Amino acid sequence: MSEIPEDLKYTQDHEWLRIEEDGSVTVGITDHAQEALGELVFVELPEEGQDVGKGDACAVVESVKAASDVYSPLSGTVSDINGDLADEPEKVNGSPYEDGWLFRITPQNEDELEGLMDTVAYEEFLSGIED
Amino acid sequence: MADTPNNTQLTSIAAGEKLIFEQHARHGSRNFTPDAAPADIPEEFLRGEEPGLPSVSELQVVRHYTRLSQLNFSIDTHFYPLGSCTMKYNPKACNTLAMLPELLGRHPLAPEQFSQGTLQCLYEVQEMLQELTGLVGSSLTPMAGAQGELAGVAMIQAYHKARNDLERDEIIVPDAAHGTNPATATMCGCRVVEIPTRSDGDLDIEALKAAVGPKTAGIMLTNPSTLGVFERQISEIAEIVHEAGGLLYYDGANLNAILGRTSPGAMGFDVVHVNLHKTFSTPHGGGGPGSGAVAVGERLKAHLPIPYIVKDGEQYRWADEQDCPGTIGRLSAFMGNIGVLLRAYVYMRMLGKDGMRRVADYAVLNANYLMVALAEAGFDVAFGERRASHEFIISVKSITRETGITAMDFAKALLDYGFHAPTTYFPLLVPECLLIEPTETEAMQTLDEFVDAMVAIREAAYNDPDSLKAAPLTMPVRRLDDVRAAKQPDLVWQAPE
Amino acid sequence: MPFIPHTRDDLSAMLSRIGVDDLEALFDEIPQSLTMPGLPGVPEALCEAEISSLMHERAGTDGRPVCFMGAGSYDHYVPAAVWEITTRGEFYSAYTPYQAEASQGTLQVIYEYQTMMAELTGLDVSNASLYDGATAFAEACLMAVRANRKAKSRKILVPRTVHPYYREVAHNIISGQDIELVDLPMQDGVADLSVLDQFEDETFAAIVMQQPNFFGNLEQVDALTDWGHEHGALVIAIANPLSLALLKAPGSWGSEGADIACGDGQPLGVPMASGGPYYGYMVCRQAIVRQMPGRIVGRTVDIDGKPGFTLTLQAREQHIRRSRATSNICTNQGLVVTASTIYMALMGATGLRQVASASVNNTRSLVASLTAIAGVTQAFGQTSFNETVLLLDRPVGPVLDALAAEGILGGVDLSEFYPELGNALMVCATESRTAAQIEKYTAVMTGVMAGEGVQAHG
Repeated sequence: MSEIPEDLKYTQDHEWLRIEEDGSVTVGITDHAQEALGELVFVELPEEGQDVGKGDACAVVESVKAASDVYSPLSGTVSDINGDLADEPEKVNGSPYEDGWLFRITPQNEDELEGLMDTVAYEEFLSGIED
Repeated sequence: MADTPNNTQLTSIAAGEKLIFEQHARHGSRNFTPDAAPADIPEEFLRGEEPGLPSVSELQVVRHYTRLSQLNFSIDTHFYPLGSCTMKYNPKACNTLAMLPELLGRHPLAPEQFSQGTLQCLYEVQEMLQELTGLVGSSLTPMAGAQGELAGVAMIQAYHKARNDLERDEIIVPDAAHGTNPATATMCGCRVVEIPTRSDGDLDIEALKAAVGPKTAGIMLTNPSTLGVFERQISEIAEIVHEAGGLLYYDGANLNAILGRTSPGAMGFDVVHVNLHKTFSTPHGGGGPGSGAVAVGERLKAHLPIPYIVKDGEQYRWADEQDCPGTIGRLSAFMGNIGVLLRAYVYMRMLGKDGMRRVADYAVLNANYLMVALAEAGFDVAFGERRASHEFIISVKSITRETGITAMDFAKALLDYGFHAPTTYFPLLVPECLLIEPTETEAMQTLDEFVDAMVAIREAAYNDPDSLKAAPLTMPVRRLDDVRAAKQPDLVWQAPE
Repeated sequence: MPFIPHTRDDLSAMLSRIGVDDLEALFDEIPQSLTMPGLPGVPEALCEAEISSLMHERAGTDGRPVCFMGAGSYDHYVPAAVWEITTRGEFYSAYTPYQAEASQGTLQVIYEYQTMMAELTGLDVSNASLYDGATAFAEACLMAVRANRKAKSRKILVPRTVHPYYREVAHNIISGQDIELVDLPMQDGVADLSVLDQFEDETFAAIVMQQPNFFGNLEQVDALTDWGHEHGALVIAIANPLSLALLKAPGSWGSEGADIACGDGQPLGVPMASGGPYYGYMVCRQAIVRQMPGRIVGRTVDIDGKPGFTLTLQAREQHIRRSRATSNICTNQGLVVTASTIYMALMGATGLRQVASASVNNTRSLVASLTAIAGVTQAFGQTSFNETVLLLDRPVGPVLDALAAEGILGGVDLSEFYPELGNALMVCATESRTAAQIEKYTAVMTGVMAGEGVQAHG
């Protein structure tokens, strides 16, 4: 059963969000997602300063057998990206919620946080799609 | 571990063949072409250092590449039931006759009086393909299935544009489609709209009705589908799409299942690509060259890629922009993979009208027989209540759940039994699947041996799974570290310092 | 029944096991309304002897005229060993090497090929081939737009001296993605550097150079490469790979070298064969390798630590990435690449240099003889390589007809491609052309130009 931390929000594309103290939002992929992909060999991140819309494909996580788009859960501007992943993409597998974070956004529209799932909802969502 | 007699030959070869660059360098003794005086070219254009190419003798080259060839599985040496690839026997005559010196030595731009033999063969290929697909025009230039798809989508776009119907930029693709279909749609600047397949293998018609509209350029389908079953609603699908103003594209990958029995034209398709390296037995060559000739109905004739061959009286010639002003243009520097097309021509003439029909008859017979035999042996057949076309899917998901042995493990273990694995990476819709296509050129005894091997592997899955995780054991290499290959790419040999 | 091994007994045993009475039953899911009555337009089967006879007859009709044509397809000698080994069943009838353990032969050949192409071009990573030179060029354009995000441009600057069919094909393939090829004019048979100023205010994703260019002339590749880089563009080199045995590698063009090299591999051991199958090659800088389409083979180790080869970086390809793939390419030109690899191994750098030099020398020798004839002059004052453009004092067509009547393919009439050049004929003499053949060409041409009975030929 995958790990689903309590303090995060989740999307249907298996991304998590953490709202930081300064109002920025950190984004990564969930334990379920990293497990399904297998060991990551490459991560393509957006550029700092890039504007993203909610639902835009802005990053790519690549394993040997799959390459998945990561969609921005919110509209805003990319404020930071995880530089460690260039040399150590496997951090996403080992620590999807901590060291394996992907990028941070300065959100433009607080309302967009409404539609996201909490831990319980994501857990239900996962059991719906797993056999 | 059961007997694996087919692979003793492979293991007796010292695998770990050095690279050609690591062979002991030898000088001179090269006499393929006359010696030449150095060319007089100004220094500024010349390279400083010689390129690091091998410097070895002819015998070294012959030995090296012959030994490398012996490390391969091939149709000539092994049963190769790769679903969706149609690995049928490649008749030797096709190769020999396509490589007659006059045919091989012909320059692509040679004038018509030195081309009538070649052009006549190609014209007859066009005619036969049109007959087999039930369509009225064709072009042989696309160089592989994916290029045929590109041509097809481009022709559909040209059709709409010519009618000033400028809003249509959506291509509908079933979720079971081969990856080239959505990739092609994107390459042409279209949006991909995916629709689901039902659990009985047919397309979800309600979803299709919801998806078509004024933005629909067309739909890309194959029939039988990638799930190995005939799309029974095809006439209804054609009607729905045509009524919405879209056109139908047929991916010919599975043509082997219906050759001479039914045709994409009869089903309502507007454009088709044919994979000559599948249905018409041209060699797979370790990854090509193929040929993705396209055939079209009346609506799209005006947009065919050039050049194609026309007959003026008794003379054959290439048609160009003048003959076809609405053409989508040239897709190849010259005329496509002519050598491949000539091989297909020889094959088609050797089959003749009766032979063509027998292809589908026996391809489908072999597939249904193998499906029934595997089902009787206890394997889960996806869509077992349907007829198999020329291929079918078994799923080992229940075995995976109980033993941890996956479809990939089966594939690796089959190698030790002397069988190339069926397709495992596709279709994505059926987890832990094996897509199996025996083709018509395999004998019943081979199919029985394959079933025996599958049964033996399943037994090992329950009794000795570690032996399967360790497979293959008898190949020149064992399982390779894919992750390392991607993370520490070693793509070019470097001379040691 | 050709190629079908079933006996009558096999057939009944199989039908019975399936549980049907006849073959027809297996097709019962196909609606009756869709069934074909037969194949009236397809002829009856021929046995192997009959088709052999027919093909010999057809080939005989085409004959073997002496070839002085180039324009992207060259009559180079291919040593016997090349296709003997290439058409071995284990190479010929093998599939794409997805199951690496069963395909080490093919994979190692491709790895060696990739290495050889990197050596010839002086760039870092090669793919396993694309369809041909023209489509490789189209893919290079798409790749440059993807890779050069900084430029934010969908325009590519292309000299008119690049092969006209390559430009046409690239346009047809890339225009669906709103990418535009912008013409750089030519002057005296090469790209006109003096007009580069007019592009100062434009941004290009890439600029392109073909070396030798379509006319066989050598371009100022260093100057153009540097201009491109100074203006934020990537540099795409289209190079005849055989010429790279002699000419400066694209990786050494200008101060930084080109970014992508592509072209057609036909000159390396591939017969002219009416235009195909050839193959497109592509080699690029390490930094942009993830944007490169096509298959790539990498060396790794197996679980015993033994070295082995496998397809890698596959996540970019259609079977995984689907609509977001770098290209839709699947089947490429594997067997032809195998032949080329064997050819390069047989010839080595020395052999290739000999072939390239002989081609240059023979073409110059032909040009010297022909321009000694009144009414025949050189079109350009450039250094040319393995082909050259001549100007005639009369239309080219009838002259070529007269040569054809003597079994000579005299060259390529350029009037359909470059009408502004006038009566332009492009001639090419590879290492396969003998002194005697050049003499005969000269003799016939002399007769034609002196007005001695030009025979009209169909």
